[in-house]
Amino acid sequence: MIRALVAEFDNADRFIAALKVSQTEGLTPVDALMPFHIPEAARFLAGRVPPIRLIMAAAGFGVAILAYALQWYSAVVAYPIDSGGRPLNSWPIFLLVPFEVGILAAAIAGFIAFIVGSSLPRLHHPLFAYPGIERATQDRFFILVARGDSDDADDRARRFLFEAGALSIGACEA
Amino acid sequence: MSLAVSPGRVAKDEEPPLLPVSATDASITAMIADPVLKGVAGRGWWVAMACATPLALITVVAIVRLLWSGVGLLGNNTTVVWGFPIANYVWWIGIGNAGTLISALLLLTRQGWRASINRFAEAMTLFAVSIAGLFPILHLGRPQYFYWLAPYPNTMTLWPQWRSALVWDFWAILSYLIFSIIFFYVGLLPDLAAFRDRSRSRRGRLIYGAFALGWRGSARQWRLHNVFYMAMAAIAVPLVCSVHSIVGLDFAASLMPGWQETIFPPYFVVGAMFSGFAMVALLAAAIRWGFGFQSVLTVRHFETMALIILASSLIMTLSYATEWFSGWYGGQVAERGEIAFAFTGSYAPFFWLQLFCNCAAPQILWWPRMRRSILALIAVSVAILTGMWFERILIIWNTLSHGYLPSMRRVFTPTLEDWLLLIAPLGLFAMLFLIFIRLLPAISMHEMRQLRHERSRS
Repeated sequence: MIRALVAEFDNADRFIAALKVSQTEGLTPVDALMPFHIPEAARFLAGRVPPIRLIMAAAGFGVAILAYALQWYSAVVAYPIDSGGRPLNSWPIFLLVPFEVGILAAAIAGFIAFIVGSSLPRLHHPLFAYPGIERATQDRFFILVARGDSDDADDRARRFLFEAGALSIGACEA
Repeated sequence: MSLAVSPGRVAKDEEPPLLPVSATDASITAMIADPVLKGVAGRGWWVAMACATPLALITVVAIVRLLWSGVGLLGNNTTVVWGFPIANYVWWIGIGNAGTLISALLLLTRQGWRASINRFAEAMTLFAVSIAGLFPILHLGRPQYFYWLAPYPNTMTLWPQWRSALVWDFWAILSYLIFSIIFFYVGLLPDLAAFRDRSRSRRGRLIYGAFALGWRGSARQWRLHNVFYMAMAAIAVPLVCSVHSIVGLDFAASLMPGWQETIFPPYFVVGAMFSGFAMVALLAAAIRWGFGFQSVLTVRHFETMALIILASSLIMTLSYATEWFSGWYGGQVAERGEIAFAFTGSYAPFFWLQLFCNCAAPQILWWPRMRRSILALIAVSVAILTGMWFERILIIWNTLSHGYLPSMRRVFTPTLEDWLLLIAPLGLFAMLFLIFIRLLPAISMHEMRQLRHERSRS
């Protein structure tokens, strides 16, 4: 559970600038909510994320190898058919199915990694109770800053965020 | 809230803007979300639905009839063993391939105009591939055993024949359909959350909320979303090319004259993009008119699509010429006979119509005025979709009707069942698409906002 100040912005540029400067001002931004992908902000606050591309590659190649092995076993060992004198292990043509299912496996594995890494599904989140947060998916930008140890620190943070262009600032526990 | 097209600032390269300079995140969201969330359909939607629904029902009746009575209902005979179902399959999968290909390619090449068309192009893919997947099953003699294509432990100790084109199709369609659903859903996720948060009805919030999975748009979620979406786009392109290459191999792996062409896989892929863009142009024109999206589906979008259609038409023409040249240059009597049959035989009028639709008609797009005319592009697109269907049926008819053994040569006569399975699925497709635009955002809202943000910075 994090106690945070929530600052609302209506402009992406002011939001990005506030996020960048907040650290130099000694604040601790813990998260940001955005209605579209802003690479600077996403990279800045994402923390350690699962290596999705690596997971996809591993799943894709792994399943492709398994699919080839299945074809080889069925065509050479379990049910050999001499089809016009072609080799039982007809490798060029046996590459088609592994290619298709390998890509499918990569997609499924990547989807699972994305969902798990994003902590979804989570139909309710404490942040959803914050007034006006529904606009985070539409047209507003929110910065969550960890609250300080004292009221003075919070006041300083509020002052800075207002100066940076925040429309409103409130507190929440998320 | 509506977005008026502002005549204001024009981009540096003098091209008209892809969205109005006065657009804001709020106005983009309102323009795309509100017509859906308010649930008010225009008269055009109801008229289209009234036309599409009976056809969709006829599709069901035709399929039940075929499954009940067997493939004897089709016009296929002992010579032309493939007929309308396989031509329909190739036509639909071609359209289906284009949506994901367009979306992924344009994303990887960072084309800003993609944001207006990718969502409905991907939806088009889902519906077209689902319809395409029916035909290989319907053309089977014993369709109830289609699951024998999958390797599963069985008491017969049988395994699929991995060298069979039918097995490749099974895996290609299955993989592609599931992949496209994931790609579509992940792209849609942030917009579902916007619908959840914007919906005024409890039912809307519950349903969109459940499908949004609790998306908040946090930094971490966006970061992972972006990495995954880009990775999906990168592997979508080879997947799409492989799927339609496999459809090309269905023909090229055989020994019949006219089908032994190594050019088939790439030529089928370009054909898919060609017909797919034609369908996207038609759907874009319909959505633009139906929703009043003139400010985000601009003439510039149509002009760009027209250029791609023109380029694809030239590649198709070159492919046809290469096919004829290699047939002639190879020197085989059967190959040369098959090409002569195409130009002068029983189906020649259709062949000339195909060449007119696919090669000649798109040439009007050389004129900038025609590229900027949506009506002209609609006419060309309809011609292309017609021409591409004739291409697919003629690949089957010309080869099978004019094989190696003259005593076996026969022509194909379509039956009522053939016509029903050709025309009625168009209504099913239209019905699915009409339902889609009433329930989900036809244009990607978060990508439009991102486009607006990037354009405001440049």
